[in-house]
Amino acid sequence: MIVGDRKPLEEILDYIKDYKKIMLMGCGGCVTVCFSGGSKAAELLASQIKMARKQAGNEIEIIECTPTRQCEYEFLEEFAEQVKSVEAVLSIACGVGVQAMAVQFPEKHTVPGLNTKFMGYPVEHAVWEEKCAGCGDCVLEWTGGLCPISRCAKKLLNGPCGGSVDKVCEVNKDVECVWHTIYDRLKVLGKLENLTKVRKAKDWRTSTNAGQRRITFEEAML
Amino acid sequence: MKSGSKLEKVLTAGEFAVTAELGPPPNSNAEAVIKKAKHSLGVAEAVNITDNQTAIVRMSSIAAAAIAIQQGLEPVAQMVCRDRNRIAMQSDVLGAAALGVKNLLCLSGDHQCFGNHPEAKNVYCVDSMQLIAMVKQMRDEKKFISGDPIKEYEPRLFIGAVANPFADPFEFRVMRLAKKIEAGADFIQTQCIFDLDRFEEWMKLVVEQGLHKKAYIMAGITPVRSSRALKYMKAEVAGITIPDALIERMDGADDPKEEGVKIACEMIERVKGIEGVSGLHLMPIGWESITPVILEKAGLLPRPEVD
Ligand code: SF4
Ligand code: SF4
Repeated sequence: MIVGDRKPLEEILDYIKDYKKIMLMGCGGCVTVCFSGGSKAAELLASQIKMARKQAGNEIEIIECTPTRQCEYEFLEEFAEQVKSVEAVLSIACGVGVQAMAVQFPEKHTVPGLNTKFMGYPVEHAVWEEKCAGCGDCVLEWTGGLCPISRCAKKLLNGPCGGSVDKVCEVNKDVECVWHTIYDRLKVLGKLENLTKVRKAKDWRTSTNAGQRRITFEEAML
Repeated sequence: MKSGSKLEKVLTAGEFAVTAELGPPPNSNAEAVIKKAKHSLGVAEAVNITDNQTAIVRMSSIAAAAIAIQQGLEPVAQMVCRDRNRIAMQSDVLGAAALGVKNLLCLSGDHQCFGNHPEAKNVYCVDSMQLIAMVKQMRDEKKFISGDPIKEYEPRLFIGAVANPFADPFEFRVMRLAKKIEAGADFIQTQCIFDLDRFEEWMKLVVEQGLHKKAYIMAGITPVRSSRALKYMKAEVAGITIPDALIERMDGADDPKEEGVKIACEMIERVKGIEGVSGLHLMPIGWESITPVILEKAGLLPRPEVD
C-alpha cells in the first residue's frame, strides 16, 4: 500500500490561512489503512483546524468527505457541487489523490495534508516499512523476494557493502541491512549462487528518470 | 602491463608493495596537497587520494592526484559511486588517465548521512562492483559501459577495489572479494585491520580459494595516536573491529604516539608473514607525517627499484 504521514498542523494551517470555507477530503484507500488519511483522520484534522482557527479569532467552515478512492475521477464526480461551494480543498490522500483532485477541479486550489512516503506494508501494529520503489524492472526473483532498491541506502545490486554489521544497516541502526537478510534468505533457499554472479549495472530507464511513466493494458482496451 | 604504474610493477615483480594515503584539503589550497605529498615521496609506491571521504566535501581526488603527479608522486585516485552517475564517472576516468593517473580504486563510498551534506541526494547509478567492471571494460575492451567504442586512447588503469574482512556476513566477505576480482580488480586494499586474528582467518579462506593469485591483496593498517581515536572508531565506524586489549594498551601508554607507531610496526610485521598478503596499505588518517617514520621502523625502506 501507499503509506503517508500527516504534515505538521502548523504547515497545514499556513496553506489554508486565506480561506474561510474549505473541503477536507480523505481517501478510503491505502491511507485509511495506515491511519493517516481515512474518514477518522479527516474528522480529527478538521477539529484541530477549527479549534486553532477559533483560538486565533478567525473561524473556518469545513466540509468533510471521504470517497472510496481519491485517485480515480469516477469517485470524485459526486462531490462536484460541494467542491464548487468551497474556496479550497485540503486533501489527505496520497500525492496521487491530490493530483486527481487538482485535475478534476482545476479551478480549485487543492493542497496536500500528507507527506506521501512510500510503498510498503505494516511490520507490526501501526508501524510501516518501505518495501518497493517502483523501479520498473523487478529483481525480486533472484534476491529471495527482498528488495535492495528500496531497502538498501545505496541501492546496491552486489551488496552488502562494507558497513553491514550485525545485520543492521550502517546508515540507520533501526533498519536491517537488507543485503544481510537477502544472504540469509538465499542460504535457506539453497540459492547462494545467486550472489556469486556479478550483477550488471541497472538500466534506470524503467525508473523515474525519463519523466512520467505510462502503462497501457492492451487487453482491457475497448 | 595493464597500466605500467609503479605499483603494478612492484607487485608483479613479487616485491612487498607499499601504498600510503593522502586526504585532500577541504579548500582549494594546492600547497596543502604538496605538503602532504612530501611525506610519502620515495617511501611508498603510490598514494591513495581519497574521494570526499566520509562524505565531507574536499578537493576533488583527481585534481589532487594531478597535483601529486607534479610532485613526482604516483597517485591511486579513489572513485566512489555516491556522487556521480555513469556518464560523469566515465568522463572522470578518461580525465584522470589523461592527467597521468595510472591507478584507480573503486568504492561504494560512505553514505552522505555521515558527512557535512546529509541533505544531498546520492546517486549509486552503478555500484562498486559495476564500477570495477566498467573501468575494466573501458581498458580491456575499449568500450564504454553502453557498448559504444573508445576508438583510441583507452584509459590504461591498474584497477583497485576494497575489501572489508570485518563486515558481515563473514562468510559472504570472501565471496564478495571473489566477485570483485571477477569483475576486474587487479589489487585489493583492505579496511583498517586491528583485529589480526579475524584478518588471518579471512586470509586463510582467501588463500584456500586461490584468490591471492588472481589479485594482489594489500593489508590496510591505520596507526593511531590515542586510545580516544580507537574508542571513537569502535563506537562510530561501522565495519571496523577493535579488540579491547588494543584500547587498554593505548590507555596504559606513557607516550601514546610512540605506542601507536610501535603497534603499527608490530601489525605490519605480522601481516607480512601472512600467506597471500602482497603489500601494505598504510592509512594514517589525518597523520600523514608519520608515514615515513613507520615505514622506516618497519624495515620497508628503501623501496625496491623497478623499471
Ligand atoms: S526491485 Fe524494483 S519493482 Fe521490485 S520491489 Fe524493488 S523497487 Fe519494486
Ligand atoms: S549496510 Fe546493507 S542496507 Fe545499508 S547501505 Fe550497506 S548494503 Fe545497503
